[in-house]
Amino acid sequence: MGTVSLRQMVVNQTGVISRVTADGELGRRVRDMGLIPGKMIKVQGRAPLYDPVSLKIMGFTLTLRNNEADHIEVEVQ
Amino acid sequence: MEQAIVLAGNPNSGKTTLFNALTGARQHVGNYPGVTVEKKQGTCLSEAGRFEVIDLPGTYSLTAYSLEEVVARDYIVNENPQMVVNIVDASNLERNLYLTVQFMEMGLPVCIALNMMDVAKKRGVKIDTEKLSQLLNIPVVPTVARTGKGKQELMKVIASQPSGPVKPLDISYGPDIDQALDGMEQIIESGGFLTHRYRARWVGLKFFENDQQIIELGQKQDEKIASKLAAVVEQTTKHLRSTLDTHPEGVIADQRYGYVNSLLRQGIIQIHQDENRLRLSDRIDRIAIHRLFGPLIMAAVLLGLYQFIFTYSGIPGGWLDLFFGWVSGLVDHTLPGGLFKSLLMSGIIDGVGGVLGFVPLIMFMFLGISFLEDSGYLARISFMLDRVFRMFGLHGGSVMAFIVSGGIAGGCAVPGVMATRTLKSPKERLATLLTVPFMNCGAKMPVFALLVAAFFEDNQAQVMLLITMISWMGALLVARLLRSTIIKGESTPFIMELPPYRLPTLKGLFIHTWERTRQYIKKAGTVILGISIVLWTMMTFPGLNDIETNEFEIQRGKITAGLGGTLLSTPSIKQQLLQVDVDQARAELKNSIAGRIGTSLEGITRFAGFDWRTNIALIGGFAAKEVVISTLGTAYSLGAVDPEETVSLAQRLKSDPGWTPLTAFSLILFTIFYAPCFVTVVCIARETGTWKWAVFSVVFNTCLAFAISAFFYQVGRFILV
Repeated sequence: MGTVSLRQMVVNQTGVISRVTADGELGRRVRDMGLIPGKMIKVQGRAPLYDPVSLKIMGFTLTLRNNEADHIEVEVQ
Repeated sequence: MEQAIVLAGNPNSGKTTLFNALTGARQHVGNYPGVTVEKKQGTCLSEAGRFEVIDLPGTYSLTAYSLEEVVARDYIVNENPQMVVNIVDASNLERNLYLTVQFMEMGLPVCIALNMMDVAKKRGVKIDTEKLSQLLNIPVVPTVARTGKGKQELMKVIASQPSGPVKPLDISYGPDIDQALDGMEQIIESGGFLTHRYRARWVGLKFFENDQQIIELGQKQDEKIASKLAAVVEQTTKHLRSTLDTHPEGVIADQRYGYVNSLLRQGIIQIHQDENRLRLSDRIDRIAIHRLFGPLIMAAVLLGLYQFIFTYSGIPGGWLDLFFGWVSGLVDHTLPGGLFKSLLMSGIIDGVGGVLGFVPLIMFMFLGISFLEDSGYLARISFMLDRVFRMFGLHGGSVMAFIVSGGIAGGCAVPGVMATRTLKSPKERLATLLTVPFMNCGAKMPVFALLVAAFFEDNQAQVMLLITMISWMGALLVARLLRSTIIKGESTPFIMELPPYRLPTLKGLFIHTWERTRQYIKKAGTVILGISIVLWTMMTFPGLNDIETNEFEIQRGKITAGLGGTLLSTPSIKQQLLQVDVDQARAELKNSIAGRIGTSLEGITRFAGFDWRTNIALIGGFAAKEVVISTLGTAYSLGAVDPEETVSLAQRLKSDPGWTPLTAFSLILFTIFYAPCFVTVVCIARETGTWKWAVFSVVFNTCLAFAISAFFYQVGRFILV
């Protein structure tokens, strides 16, 4: 299908991370949690106001805010 | 100094559960020097010998960007531990090993405790621990910390490891960075740059990762070398950006994970279950964080927590009240009247009772919140509320502290301030604990109830609801104000794991709860007792001089003059004598230090509708908000009014020309916002690690309260006239 921002993904959609543009503290935390290119992710749910998003990666559940998700580019199918 | 074993690992890996399993009750908690991060250590007695064990703060990586990470890394570097036991969650191997790699990069003696093997097994995951050990060249011991399984084996392995330097792990970070690191290593070695504490190659790596702590240390030691290294970083960064469209930090993280993956691909993990099969936690979350059901369930959980804390703690709380009441009664009957007795009863016994009276509340609060935190549900609460609380510069988890403090009327700011320990974001945490005192604690409720009953008889429910809304909006808006001014700065990134649901261990819950409560008694107790005595002094001294005292004796003489013994005991005579007593008490109060302060402040407080009597009551309210009522009782010559029985005081205020609904609501507003009670202030000092914020909470809150109530009173008067 193409590359989209993580924010744009919908619940139950899966994809492979293609790029992480975050730097600084946010970038470190993103990478420390395993959000690096090549990783498969699946959007699991969204908070009541659609922010933050929760996703499955490497077998555990991770949450991040939409403005953090904007830095994650995902190749979806 | 005896070498220690340090436990380190990701949050939610079971590290503290293992610590509890190893040390049991033989542990103590302090702070790391100079910071407010807790240091937990204990003694482990095992077949393999006796060990000192340190439970380091949980962390996902060793690139320091939070206080916990700095503390964890500094401890390891400075204390030269015998062994770093890296607790690795077997059910989440890949991400956990990322931290292991970083320990090994530092050249530390590392042993892996492969924990939660029971969870992994349940998921059909089989791990070849021997092969993993071979590939990493470090010991790997399977454990199930919650049952204690594997701990003896772990200690045997630790005891049998040879001491001495360990060959550091050198992995490739890609040709560009590797080449740059080679050059940096030479610069660092030849210059002796930080080499007394850190490996040269590791220092270079930290410059690439823009690690502020290391960079600052380096600049302090040798600015020239630091500049050279920074230049290498800059050059390599430009190169990576132009050729690979990436940056050093990203490359380094990728390569570390690449290394971990290359290990795991060598048959370390065998999975005998469909990877897409939904786990129990995921199925629960379909409901628990459902967009409609989630908030409803959360409301029910919060209400249940509230009920647990404030209803059940009332039982032992009642026992303590009875005990201290009994002690007070004993002193009352044993000692003759006078200052010593008054000090003992009102200063010391009430002070100690005040300190210990909070203990059941604190214990139940920590039990309840620890259960939610350890079970994993607290993370869900944060997830669901983050969007709302973020608007005010807070964290989703802030709700816990607000609820406990009186978000549902009747809480207490003392456990509320302590509840902010669950917040890992320092700015959000600070804003939270500075604003939770605005909630309607149980001690403010009698004050509100008194004023509402006296002046808003026909609209009691509506006014009480209005008060709750005002306290919430006030707290949230002030939090926004603080986060936009003196607690400025970007929110901490929200990236957070939603851990699997787990049943907390009873052992963990009780150790955690007891440790927190013990700290409160030990550290807060002495200060609180001191302040209690100071407040008693302010409300008691200097008393009346001989002439003034004699005036009341003359009045008593007039009442009893010429009366026989029989008439002396008639109700009307008793009533008149009692009135002289309370008039004298009122005069003594007005003449006290607090009374003089209250009187001198009238020039200011009249703009909010307060006179000297209200001022004195509010000073007394600094001890505990319900003291406002008993002090008003004295100030209005009604004697010490019981906060639970305020009918006479309500009538008195209602009939006093100085009081109107406008005045009453002005006082309500002031009570909501002004200085927290001193127990809360002491807890703020303790939780922030500095008295600066404690003083700030007194001064800022009082000024804010005055501004709000004065504004309301003046506008109200203008409109009503």
